[in-house]
Amino acid sequence: MLQWRLKAFAHWLKLEEPKWPNVTYPPINYQDIIYYAAPKKKEQLNSLDEVDPELLLTFDKLGISLNEQKRLTGVAVDVVMDSVSIATSFKEQLSEIGVIFCSISEAIQKHPELVKKYLGSVVPMTDNYFSALNSAVFTDGSFCYIPKGVRCPMELSTYFRINAENSGQFERTLIIAEEESYVSYLEGCTAPMRDENQLHAAVVELVAMRKAEIKYSTVQNWYPGDKEGKGGIYNFVTKRGICAGDHAKISWTQVETGSAVTWKYPSVILKGDYSIGEFYSVAFTNNYQQADTGTKMIHLGKNTRSRIVAKGISAGKSQNSYRGLVRAGKGALNARNFSQCDSLLLGDQCGAHTFPYIEVKNKTAIIEHEATTSKIGEDQLFYCKQRGIDAETAVAMIVNGFAKEVMNQLPMEFAIEAQKLLAISMEGSVG
Amino acid sequence: MNATYFKDQFQQLQTENDTVHLAALRAGSFGTFDQKGFPTTKLEEWKYTNISSLFDKEYQISPFTDNPASLAAAIEEIQLPEHTNANVLYFVNGRYEPSLSIIRSTIEELQVMPLLQAASAGFQEIIDQHLGESSVYLKDGIHALNTSFITDAVFIHVAAGKELSHPVYIYHLADAQHQAILTQPRSLVYVSKRAKIQIAETFRTVGTMDSFSNAVMEVVVAQDAFLEYYKLQNDAAHTSQVSSTHIHQTGKSHVHTVTISLNGGLLRNNLNMILDAEGNETHLYGLSLLKGKTHVDNHTLIDNKHPNCFSNQLYKNIADDAATGVFSGRIIVQPDAQKTNAYQSNKNIILSDQATINAKPQLEIFADDVKCSHGCTVGQLDEEALFYLRARGISRELAEVLLLQAFATDIVEQVKIEPLRQHIDTLIQQHLSIQ
Repeated sequence: MLQWRLKAFAHWLKLEEPKWPNVTYPPINYQDIIYYAAPKKKEQLNSLDEVDPELLLTFDKLGISLNEQKRLTGVAVDVVMDSVSIATSFKEQLSEIGVIFCSISEAIQKHPELVKKYLGSVVPMTDNYFSALNSAVFTDGSFCYIPKGVRCPMELSTYFRINAENSGQFERTLIIAEEESYVSYLEGCTAPMRDENQLHAAVVELVAMRKAEIKYSTVQNWYPGDKEGKGGIYNFVTKRGICAGDHAKISWTQVETGSAVTWKYPSVILKGDYSIGEFYSVAFTNNYQQADTGTKMIHLGKNTRSRIVAKGISAGKSQNSYRGLVRAGKGALNARNFSQCDSLLLGDQCGAHTFPYIEVKNKTAIIEHEATTSKIGEDQLFYCKQRGIDAETAVAMIVNGFAKEVMNQLPMEFAIEAQKLLAISMEGSVG
Repeated sequence: MNATYFKDQFQQLQTENDTVHLAALRAGSFGTFDQKGFPTTKLEEWKYTNISSLFDKEYQISPFTDNPASLAAAIEEIQLPEHTNANVLYFVNGRYEPSLSIIRSTIEELQVMPLLQAASAGFQEIIDQHLGESSVYLKDGIHALNTSFITDAVFIHVAAGKELSHPVYIYHLADAQHQAILTQPRSLVYVSKRAKIQIAETFRTVGTMDSFSNAVMEVVVAQDAFLEYYKLQNDAAHTSQVSSTHIHQTGKSHVHTVTISLNGGLLRNNLNMILDAEGNETHLYGLSLLKGKTHVDNHTLIDNKHPNCFSNQLYKNIADDAATGVFSGRIIVQPDAQKTNAYQSNKNIILSDQATINAKPQLEIFADDVKCSHGCTVGQLDEEALFYLRARGISRELAEVLLLQAFATDIVEQVKIEPLRQHIDTLIQQHLSIQ
């Protein structure tokens, strides 16, 4: 393991920071970053009264239960204990059917053969600047292994593993779905994390074997910086899945509302014949946020299919870009792709950009791409206002309708929270 | 081909007639070229087109032809239909050749003259203002190379309120009989207020040595003026081209362009539309029918700087054999350009497993009250349509040709010079029927 890290570090030193994304940020001082932070004890507060009232207000709007509120703000120890026990009980239930779900450092200790086989197999350490950095210094993350033929009975989530939550900026996630298995994995949390870390360079690797299906959902709501664009998190994530076997399916769903700079492209390598890749995304930016996000669909196997639905919403002075690649290789006979990117502009100082790349190298592939950009129609707003709905609620409704196609892909409870989250992020952006 | 060759050539240039502006432009551009060299695929703008292999050869840069008589046949062959009704401009080896050119419009309507002469004929202000403005958008070394070697360029001026009844045909001849040759034609066109001009450009290489043309045309379209611009590329497979057309709409005006690419080696077309006033309208069409190893890269840029502009783009590629078709279309809507309507569509047909299509449609939008869309498809001929035709006794081969022809028609019918349109139609039919 040490060797592997050292190799990645040596490679990282050779690389230059990429300049191509459509985002600007001040240079990052890599010496300044704390590379290892043991889960630290939060300052413990005695009751909810001591918590930042603005934070509580947000919780209320999201409809997070009191217990959870307490846990998230680190109020009382017993509640935290409580959730740890919940997590443990889930763990027992999972291990009964053979699912391994633990932190990656635990996996390195307990299942070294699996980690060795798959770690870095989808995102090699040499892949890009930030993945090399991650490979060298990653501290913790999740590991998940679904054995052959098992349908994971519950949504797996980092949410349950509260102990790993503070482990910081260089997360590493590895999910392996063996033949004919199914797993739905949730990442992130709708609660606003007042995280002080400057840079997040996570790596997520998914491996789907024959007839396996992985559904990976993300809701990201990290600190976006204040209204003048100061502070906030840089979220530079490498996410990639491989459909290694025939008839495998990987589906990414993401709702991005936080972070000052988001830069991530969840990708699927469609290697197995008849494999399917999906990407559903809603990216919302406000104030001075910048998002450069999209996907890559690399068609290699025969009869592979992919579908991309990306919805970008920009408000304030933010910049929102979709950047995607669809490639059909020579052997990808009958590859089929449909991409749709729609952008909605709220306000006249924001920007929405689309940079799709399409590369086709055989005569049986059919690739379609379409993109539109527009603002909310005056007539739609008028219609709502006429019926007594104020402008802000009307805009929230219309935006939710715009994003519905993606929201529908999220697991039920998550979807409701995500909808409310969108409404909160939008506050103050209208008028 | 190394940089020292260009340095030597640059120092040998006869520049005593240069205006202050041209001298500065030249020096600055050579500095850019010296610093950047030839573009590589690492540059985003050149990601899909690798021209570095073109510079492995030793070219002569814009030499004077040693045997003008040997070009006589080509001078005839290059002629477009109704040649005798047109204003005809010849470039030989990238140099404007007034002795071959024929101007049929009156001098009150149209003035065509070598660029250096134009400065002293009262056009200095226009030239100083607009010559070289394309380098704001085209920042690579190859474009700078053309600007550093502006020699025997042409200046075309259409007077205010004049609608030319004779189209302007521009013929580019390259003499590659004895040596590989690099030609760098350069032109500046000024279409005054309320004027109208139709321009058609085509290229021909004589001889079997390699020829590489690095052409730049800058056009200024003033208030209420109208420009039609056609480019027909149908040259031999050992000829390559980087051809940049930079159109600056400075008033409420109308531009209509069609680019047809049939034969050639590596062809790169840069087409920049700068919509620099309110209410501009622009239409861009392109068709590439590619066979063999032909590589065509159509790069368009539409910069919407002011409100109420309209643009429409339709580019179609058919790629057969080991051909490569590239389309990169970029639409920028600046913060002030409210009420912009910008549409873009790119349709591709792949006929062979060795062929490649790369597409990169881009929208960069900084204003909210706009309607912008792009669509891009890559696919094959519709099996059902083929079946329909075959069920009616038409052979598969003929059915394919018919469908491809229909696919091409959308673009060809945008050529508004009727005899030219028929000529292109015939060329396409010949091109398709060999399959």
